[in-house]
Amino acid sequence: MRARTKTLLFIIGGIAVIAAAVGLVLYALKDNVSLYFTPTQVFNKEAPLAHSFRIGGLVEVGSVKRETDGLTVHFIITDTLKSMPVTYKGILPDLFKEGKGVVAQGKLQADNVFYAEEVLAKHDENYMPPEAKDALDKAAKAQSAVNSASAVPATITPAK
Amino acid sequence: MAINWFKYAAPASFYGLAGKMVPFFAWPAAILFALGIYIGFFVAPTDAVQSEAYRIMFIHVPVSILSMFIYLVMAGYAALGLIFNTRLSSMMATALAPTGALFAFIALWTGALWGKPMWGAWWVWDARLTSELILLFLYLGFIALQASIDDPRRADRAGALLAIVGSVNVPIIYFSVKWWNTLHQGSSIKFSDTSMHIAMKQALFIMLAACWLYVIAVTLVRVRSIILERERNTQWVSELAEVREGERS
Repeated sequence: MRARTKTLLFIIGGIAVIAAAVGLVLYALKDNVSLYFTPTQVFNKEAPLAHSFRIGGLVEVGSVKRETDGLTVHFIITDTLKSMPVTYKGILPDLFKEGKGVVAQGKLQADNVFYAEEVLAKHDENYMPPEAKDALDKAAKAQSAVNSASAVPATITPAK
Repeated sequence: MAINWFKYAAPASFYGLAGKMVPFFAWPAAILFALGIYIGFFVAPTDAVQSEAYRIMFIHVPVSILSMFIYLVMAGYAALGLIFNTRLSSMMATALAPTGALFAFIALWTGALWGKPMWGAWWVWDARLTSELILLFLYLGFIALQASIDDPRRADRAGALLAIVGSVNVPIIYFSVKWWNTLHQGSSIKFSDTSMHIAMKQALFIMLAACWLYVIAVTLVRVRSIILERERNTQWVSELAEVREGERS
Protein backbone atom coordinates (compact mmCIF):
# COMPACT_ATOMS: atom_id res chain seq x y z
CA MET A 1 0.00 0.00 0.00
CA ARG A 2 1.36 3.34 -0.99
CA ALA A 3 1.90 6.03 1.60
CA ARG A 4 -0.69 8.34 0.08
CA THR A 5 -3.37 5.63 0.01
CA LYS A 6 -2.62 4.99 3.65
CA THR A 7 -2.98 8.69 4.49
CA LEU A 8 -6.23 8.88 2.55
CA LEU A 9 -7.68 5.87 4.36
CA PHE A 10 -6.47 7.29 7.65
CA ILE A 11 -8.25 10.59 6.98
CA ILE A 12 -11.49 8.94 5.85
CA GLY A 13 -11.45 6.59 8.83
CA GLY A 14 -10.64 9.47 11.17
CA ILE A 15 -13.53 11.60 9.88
CA ALA A 16 -15.92 8.65 10.16
CA VAL A 17 -14.89 7.95 13.77
CA ILE A 18 -15.10 11.61 14.78
CA ALA A 19 -18.44 12.06 13.03
CA ALA A 20 -19.81 9.01 14.83
CA ALA A 21 -18.50 10.27 18.19
CA VAL A 22 -19.93 13.76 17.69
CA GLY A 23 -23.20 12.25 16.47
CA LEU A 24 -23.53 10.10 19.59
CA VAL A 25 -22.69 13.03 21.87
CA LEU A 26 -25.28 15.25 20.17
CA TYR A 27 -27.85 12.45 20.29
CA ALA A 28 -27.24 12.07 24.03
CA LEU A 29 -27.56 15.82 24.50
CA LYS A 30 -30.61 16.06 22.25
CA ASP A 31 -32.83 17.72 24.84
CA ASN A 32 -30.12 20.10 26.02
CA VAL A 33 -29.25 21.29 22.52
CA SER A 34 -32.82 22.29 21.76
CA LEU A 35 -33.45 25.90 22.70
CA TYR A 36 -36.94 25.37 24.07
CA PHE A 37 -39.53 22.78 25.09
CA THR A 38 -42.92 22.47 23.46
CA PRO A 39 -46.06 22.60 25.64
CA THR A 40 -46.52 18.85 24.98
CA GLN A 41 -43.06 18.16 26.36
CA VAL A 42 -43.87 20.27 29.42
CA PHE A 43 -47.07 18.31 30.02
CA ASN A 44 -45.10 15.05 29.67
CA LYS A 45 -42.77 16.42 32.37
CA GLU A 46 -39.75 16.34 30.03
CA ALA A 47 -38.89 19.91 30.94
CA PRO A 48 -36.93 20.73 34.14
CA LEU A 49 -40.00 21.99 35.96
CA ALA A 50 -38.08 22.99 39.10
CA HIS A 51 -35.79 25.34 37.19
CA SER A 52 -36.07 28.13 34.68
CA PHE A 53 -36.55 26.83 31.14
CA ARG A 54 -37.75 28.02 27.75
CA ILE A 55 -41.05 27.14 26.20
CA GLY A 56 -41.82 27.68 22.53
CA GLY A 57 -44.78 27.48 20.20
CA LEU A 58 -47.43 29.68 18.67
CA VAL A 59 -49.33 32.44 20.44
CA GLU A 60 -52.91 31.15 20.48
CA VAL A 61 -55.21 33.36 18.42
CA GLY A 62 -57.44 35.49 20.65
CA SER A 63 -55.52 34.68 23.83
CA VAL A 64 -53.51 37.91 24.30
CA LYS A 65 -54.84 40.05 27.15
CA ARG A 66 -53.13 43.16 28.46
CA GLU A 67 -53.57 44.44 32.00
CA THR A 68 -54.34 48.08 32.67
CA ASP A 69 -50.74 48.83 33.72
CA GLY A 70 -49.83 48.47 30.03
CA LEU A 71 -46.89 46.16 30.73
CA THR A 72 -48.28 42.92 32.06
CA VAL A 73 -49.60 40.65 29.36
CA HIS A 74 -51.26 37.24 29.48
CA PHE A 75 -51.29 34.87 26.54
CA ILE A 76 -51.36 31.17 25.72
CA ILE A 77 -48.54 29.29 24.00
CA THR A 78 -49.76 26.32 22.00
CA ASP A 79 -48.24 23.62 19.83
CA THR A 80 -51.80 22.83 18.62
CA LEU A 81 -51.86 19.73 20.87
CA LYS A 82 -51.32 21.25 24.31
CA SER A 83 -51.50 24.83 25.56
CA MET A 84 -49.72 26.68 28.33
CA PRO A 85 -50.87 30.00 29.85
CA VAL A 86 -48.07 32.55 30.14
CA THR A 87 -47.77 35.78 32.11
CA TYR A 88 -45.11 38.32 31.22
CA LYS A 89 -44.32 41.79 32.45
CA GLY A 90 -42.17 43.77 30.07
CA ILE A 91 -41.78 44.98 26.52
CA LEU A 92 -42.69 42.50 23.81
CA PRO A 93 -40.73 42.30 20.54
CA ASP A 94 -42.38 43.93 17.50
CA LEU A 95 -42.97 40.60 15.80
CA PHE A 96 -44.98 39.25 18.77
CA LYS A 97 -48.40 38.50 17.26
CA GLU A 98 -51.27 36.11 17.73
CA GLY A 99 -50.79 33.00 15.62
CA LYS A 100 -47.04 33.63 15.31
CA GLY A 101 -44.03 31.84 16.83
CA VAL A 102 -42.75 32.78 20.27
CA VAL A 103 -40.11 31.54 22.73
CA ALA A 104 -40.47 32.48 26.41
CA GLN A 105 -37.99 31.89 29.23
CA GLY A 106 -39.23 31.58 32.78
CA LYS A 107 -40.60 29.19 35.40
CA LEU A 108 -43.73 27.15 35.71
CA GLN A 109 -45.40 28.07 39.01
CA ALA A 110 -47.70 26.01 41.20
CA ASP A 111 -50.79 27.60 39.61
CA ASN A 112 -49.75 25.99 36.30
CA VAL A 113 -49.05 29.40 34.79
CA PHE A 114 -45.69 30.00 33.12
CA TYR A 115 -44.16 33.23 34.46
CA ALA A 116 -41.85 34.50 31.73
CA GLU A 117 -38.85 36.74 32.32
CA GLU A 118 -38.01 37.09 28.63
CA VAL A 119 -40.15 36.73 25.51
CA LEU A 120 -38.58 36.38 22.06
CA ALA A 121 -40.38 36.35 18.72
CA LYS A 122 -39.67 33.56 16.25
CA HIS A 123 -40.31 34.27 12.58
CA ASP A 124 -40.42 31.81 9.72
CA GLU A 125 -38.35 31.52 6.54
CA ASN A 126 -41.03 32.88 4.18
CA TYR A 127 -40.49 36.33 2.73
CA MET A 128 -43.08 38.05 0.59
CA PRO A 129 -44.52 41.51 -0.05
CA PRO A 130 -47.64 42.53 1.94
CA GLU A 131 -49.94 42.17 -1.11
CA ALA A 132 -48.90 38.55 -1.61
CA LYS A 133 -49.44 37.90 2.08
CA ASP A 134 -52.94 39.41 1.94
CA ALA A 135 -53.78 37.22 -1.04
CA LEU A 136 -52.51 34.11 0.78
CA ASP A 137 -54.44 34.98 3.94
CA LYS A 138 -57.62 35.53 1.91
CA ALA A 139 -57.17 32.21 0.14
CA ALA A 140 -56.64 30.46 3.50
CA LYS A 141 -59.75 32.11 4.90
CA ALA A 142 -61.83 31.12 1.89
CA GLN A 143 -60.49 27.58 2.18
CA SER A 144 -61.35 27.33 5.87
CA ALA A 145 -64.82 28.77 5.18
CA VAL A 146 -65.34 26.08 2.60
CA ASN A 147 -64.10 23.43 5.01
CA SER A 148 -66.30 24.57 7.86
CA ALA A 149 -69.22 24.95 5.47
CA SER A 150 -68.97 21.32 4.45
CA ALA A 151 -68.47 20.17 8.06
CA VAL A 152 -70.94 22.29 10.00
CA PRO A 153 -73.18 24.31 7.68
CA ALA A 154 -74.71 26.25 10.57
CA THR A 155 -71.48 28.11 11.41
CA ILE A 156 -71.06 29.95 8.13
CA THR A 157 -70.66 33.66 8.66
CA PRO A 158 -71.48 35.90 5.74
CA ALA A 159 -68.38 37.28 4.03
CA LYS A 160 -67.74 40.95 4.75
CA MET B 1 -3.86 17.26 -26.85
CA ALA B 2 -3.30 16.33 -23.26
CA ILE B 3 -2.94 19.41 -21.10
CA ASN B 4 -0.58 18.92 -18.24
CA TRP B 5 -2.84 19.98 -15.38
CA PHE B 6 -0.21 19.15 -12.83
CA LYS B 7 1.95 21.88 -14.27
CA TYR B 8 -0.17 24.37 -12.35
CA ALA B 9 0.16 22.39 -9.14
CA ALA B 10 3.67 23.82 -8.96
CA PRO B 11 3.69 27.12 -7.05
CA ALA B 12 6.07 28.66 -9.59
CA SER B 13 3.70 28.23 -12.53
CA PHE B 14 0.53 28.87 -10.52
CA TYR B 15 1.88 32.22 -9.33
CA GLY B 16 1.64 33.69 -12.84
CA LEU B 17 -1.67 32.00 -13.66
CA ALA B 18 -3.27 33.25 -10.43
CA GLY B 19 -2.13 36.77 -11.20
CA LYS B 20 -3.80 36.63 -14.61
CA MET B 21 -7.04 35.17 -13.15
CA VAL B 22 -7.59 37.78 -10.40
CA PRO B 23 -9.21 40.50 -12.60
CA PHE B 24 -11.60 37.96 -14.14
CA PHE B 25 -13.05 37.35 -10.68
CA ALA B 26 -12.57 40.76 -9.05
CA TRP B 27 -14.42 42.85 -11.65
CA PRO B 28 -17.50 40.62 -11.96
CA ALA B 29 -17.58 40.51 -8.14
CA ALA B 30 -17.66 44.32 -7.94
CA ILE B 31 -20.31 44.65 -10.66
CA LEU B 32 -22.55 41.92 -9.23
CA PHE B 33 -22.15 43.38 -5.74
CA ALA B 34 -23.38 46.79 -6.93
CA LEU B 35 -26.24 45.16 -8.85
CA GLY B 36 -27.21 42.92 -5.92
CA ILE B 37 -27.23 45.83 -3.46
CA TYR B 38 -29.32 47.88 -5.89
CA ILE B 39 -31.93 45.14 -6.41
CA GLY B 40 -31.88 44.25 -2.72
CA PHE B 41 -32.49 47.78 -1.51
CA PHE B 42 -34.49 49.44 -4.28
CA VAL B 43 -36.25 46.75 -6.32
CA ALA B 44 -37.08 43.99 -3.84
CA PRO B 45 -40.42 44.65 -2.10
CA THR B 46 -40.95 45.26 1.60
CA ASP B 47 -41.54 42.07 3.57
CA ALA B 48 -45.02 41.53 4.98
CA VAL B 49 -43.82 40.45 8.43
CA GLN B 50 -40.44 42.11 8.97
CA SER B 51 -40.90 45.21 6.75
CA GLU B 52 -37.46 46.68 5.88
CA ALA B 53 -35.34 44.86 8.45
CA TYR B 54 -35.32 41.66 6.41
CA ARG B 55 -33.01 43.32 3.87
CA ILE B 56 -30.04 42.51 6.09
CA MET B 57 -30.37 38.97 4.74
CA PHE B 58 -28.86 40.07 1.42
CA ILE B 59 -25.55 40.26 3.28
CA HIS B 60 -26.26 37.76 6.06
CA VAL B 61 -27.35 34.75 3.97
CA PRO B 62 -24.60 34.75 1.26
CA VAL B 63 -21.90 35.34 3.85
CA SER B 64 -23.24 32.57 6.12
CA ILE B 65 -23.50 30.07 3.25
CA LEU B 66 -19.96 30.86 2.13
CA SER B 67 -18.54 30.72 5.66
CA MET B 68 -19.60 27.05 5.70
CA PHE B 69 -18.64 26.35 2.09
CA ILE B 70 -15.19 27.96 2.43
CA TYR B 71 -14.52 25.71 5.41
CA LEU B 72 -15.26 22.58 3.36
CA VAL B 73 -13.06 23.82 0.49
CA MET B 74 -10.30 24.68 2.97
CA ALA B 75 -10.52 21.24 4.60
CA GLY B 76 -10.51 19.66 1.12
CA TYR B 77 -7.34 21.50 0.11
CA ALA B 78 -5.74 20.69 3.44
CA ALA B 79 -6.57 16.99 2.95
CA LEU B 80 -5.14 17.07 -0.58
CA GLY B 81 -1.96 18.63 0.78
CA LEU B 82 -1.76 15.93 3.43
CA ILE B 83 -2.39 13.03 1.04
CA PHE B 84 -0.48 14.07 -2.08
CA ASN B 85 2.06 16.26 -0.34
CA THR B 86 1.35 19.07 -2.78
CA ARG B 87 2.59 22.35 -1.41
CA LEU B 88 0.13 24.46 -3.38
CA SER B 89 -2.92 22.73 -1.85
CA SER B 90 -1.72 23.56 1.64
CA MET B 91 -1.05 27.14 0.60
CA MET B 92 -4.60 27.39 -0.78
CA ALA B 93 -5.97 26.16 2.56
CA THR B 94 -3.92 28.79 4.38
CA ALA B 95 -5.08 31.46 1.92
CA LEU B 96 -8.78 30.60 2.41
CA ALA B 97 -8.78 30.71 6.21
CA PRO B 98 -8.78 34.52 6.82
CA THR B 99 -11.67 35.07 4.38
CA GLY B 100 -13.60 32.23 5.98
CA ALA B 101 -13.05 33.71 9.42
CA LEU B 102 -14.12 37.14 8.16
CA PHE B 103 -17.31 35.70 6.66
CA ALA B 104 -18.14 33.72 9.79
CA PHE B 105 -17.67 36.89 11.81
CA ILE B 106 -19.86 38.98 9.47
CA ALA B 107 -22.50 36.23 9.56
CA LEU B 108 -22.61 36.38 13.38
CA TRP B 109 -22.46 40.17 13.45
CA THR B 110 -25.21 40.82 10.90
CA GLY B 111 -27.19 38.03 12.58
CA ALA B 112 -27.01 39.89 15.89
CA LEU B 113 -28.04 43.16 14.20
CA TRP B 114 -30.99 41.32 12.65
CA GLY B 115 -31.88 39.38 15.79
CA LYS B 116 -32.24 42.38 18.09
CA PRO B 117 -35.10 44.13 16.24
CA MET B 118 -36.85 40.93 15.07
CA TRP B 119 -36.44 38.32 17.82
CA GLY B 120 -35.80 40.76 20.66
CA ALA B 121 -32.31 39.46 21.48
CA TRP B 122 -28.80 40.05 20.13
CA TRP B 123 -27.81 36.52 20.92
CA VAL B 124 -29.36 33.25 22.07
CA TRP B 125 -27.53 30.00 22.66
CA ASP B 126 -29.51 28.08 20.09
CA ALA B 127 -27.93 25.33 18.01
CA ARG B 128 -27.55 27.37 14.80
CA LEU B 129 -25.89 30.37 16.43
CA THR B 130 -23.66 28.30 18.71
CA SER B 131 -22.39 26.01 15.94
CA GLU B 132 -21.65 29.04 13.72
CA LEU B 133 -19.67 30.55 16.62
CA ILE B 134 -17.72 27.27 16.85
CA LEU B 135 -17.00 27.62 13.11
CA LEU B 136 -15.46 31.06 13.73
CA PHE B 137 -13.32 29.57 16.52
CA LEU B 138 -12.24 26.73 14.21
CA TYR B 139 -11.07 29.26 11.61
CA LEU B 140 -9.25 31.30 14.26
CA GLY B 141 -7.75 28.11 15.71
CA PHE B 142 -6.52 27.05 12.26
CA ILE B 143 -4.89 30.45 11.68
CA ALA B 144 -3.34 30.54 15.16
CA LEU B 145 -2.07 26.96 14.96
CA GLN B 146 -0.37 27.58 11.62
CA ALA B 147 1.11 30.85 12.85
CA SER B 148 2.54 29.20 15.96
CA ILE B 149 4.63 26.63 14.06
CA ASP B 150 7.76 28.00 12.41
CA ASP B 151 8.35 25.24 9.85
CA PRO B 152 5.71 25.84 7.13
CA ARG B 153 5.42 22.17 6.12
CA ARG B 154 4.80 21.08 9.71
CA ALA B 155 2.39 23.99 10.15
CA ASP B 156 0.51 22.75 7.06
CA ARG B 157 0.18 19.25 8.47
CA ALA B 158 -0.98 20.41 11.90
CA GLY B 159 -3.46 22.85 10.39
CA ALA B 160 -4.74 20.20 7.96
CA LEU B 161 -5.56 17.86 10.84
CA LEU B 162 -7.55 20.58 12.64
CA ALA B 163 -9.33 21.60 9.42
CA ILE B 164 -10.34 18.01 8.61
CA VAL B 165 -11.57 17.25 12.13
CA GLY B 166 -13.48 20.55 12.25
CA SER B 167 -15.34 19.83 9.02
CA VAL B 168 -17.70 17.63 11.08
CA ASN B 169 -19.15 20.92 12.37
CA VAL B 170 -20.37 22.11 8.95
CA PRO B 171 -23.27 19.66 8.51
CA ILE B 172 -24.20 20.34 12.13
CA ILE B 173 -24.57 24.06 11.33
CA TYR B 174 -26.56 23.34 8.20
CA PHE B 175 -28.98 20.84 9.70
CA SER B 176 -29.18 22.40 13.19
CA VAL B 177 -32.48 24.13 12.37
CA LYS B 178 -33.96 20.79 11.34
CA TRP B 179 -32.61 18.57 14.09
CA TRP B 180 -33.38 20.75 17.11
CA ASN B 181 -35.79 23.43 18.27
CA THR B 182 -34.03 26.69 17.48
CA LEU B 183 -35.00 30.34 17.50
CA HIS B 184 -33.36 30.66 14.09
CA GLN B 185 -35.80 29.99 11.27
CA GLY B 186 -35.35 27.20 8.72
CA SER B 187 -33.57 27.58 5.38
CA SER B 188 -35.21 29.83 2.81
CA ILE B 189 -33.02 28.42 0.05
CA LYS B 190 -33.70 24.74 -0.31
CA PHE B 191 -32.39 22.37 -2.93
CA SER B 192 -35.83 22.06 -4.48
CA ASP B 193 -37.44 25.42 -3.93
CA THR B 194 -37.20 28.79 -2.23
CA SER B 195 -39.79 30.39 -0.02
CA MET B 196 -39.24 33.90 -1.27
CA HIS B 197 -40.60 36.53 -3.60
CA ILE B 198 -38.86 36.56 -7.01
CA ALA B 199 -37.04 39.93 -6.70
CA MET B 200 -35.81 39.00 -3.21
CA LYS B 201 -34.55 35.73 -4.61
CA GLN B 202 -32.72 37.46 -7.47
CA ALA B 203 -31.01 39.90 -5.13
CA LEU B 204 -29.99 37.06 -2.84
CA PHE B 205 -28.49 34.90 -5.60
CA ILE B 206 -26.68 37.86 -7.19
CA MET B 207 -25.18 38.74 -3.82
CA LEU B 208 -24.20 35.10 -3.34
CA ALA B 209 -22.44 35.07 -6.73
CA ALA B 210 -20.72 38.40 -5.93
CA CYS B 211 -19.44 37.14 -2.57
CA TRP B 212 -18.34 33.87 -4.16
CA LEU B 213 -16.31 35.66 -6.85
CA TYR B 214 -14.86 37.98 -4.22
CA VAL B 215 -13.69 34.96 -2.22
CA ILE B 216 -11.95 33.48 -5.28
CA ALA B 217 -10.28 36.80 -6.20
CA VAL B 218 -9.05 37.58 -2.72
CA THR B 219 -7.84 34.00 -2.17
CA LEU B 220 -5.82 34.10 -5.39
CA VAL B 221 -4.21 37.38 -4.33
CA ARG B 222 -3.45 35.93 -0.91
CA VAL B 223 -2.05 32.66 -2.24
CA ARG B 224 0.29 34.67 -4.49
CA SER B 225 1.82 36.42 -1.50
CA ILE B 226 2.05 33.13 0.39
CA ILE B 227 3.89 31.58 -2.58
CA LEU B 228 6.30 34.53 -2.74
CA GLU B 229 6.92 34.40 0.99
CA ARG B 230 7.60 30.67 1.10
CA GLU B 231 9.66 30.52 -2.09
CA ARG B 232 11.58 33.73 -1.47
CA ASN B 233 14.93 31.96 -1.60
CA THR B 234 14.35 30.26 -4.94
CA GLN B 235 15.77 31.14 -8.32
CA TRP B 236 12.42 31.79 -10.03
CA VAL B 237 11.28 34.33 -7.46
CA SER B 238 14.49 36.31 -7.76
CA GLU B 239 13.99 36.39 -11.54
CA LEU B 240 10.42 37.79 -11.33
CA ALA B 241 10.10 41.20 -12.95
CA GLU B 242 8.26 42.69 -9.95
CA VAL B 243 10.88 41.38 -7.52
CA ARG B 244 13.82 42.75 -9.52
CA GLU B 245 12.09 46.08 -9.91
CA GLY B 246 11.54 46.22 -6.16
CA GLU B 247 15.24 45.56 -5.52
CA ARG B 248 16.39 48.25 -7.94
CA SER B 249 14.31 51.03 -6.42
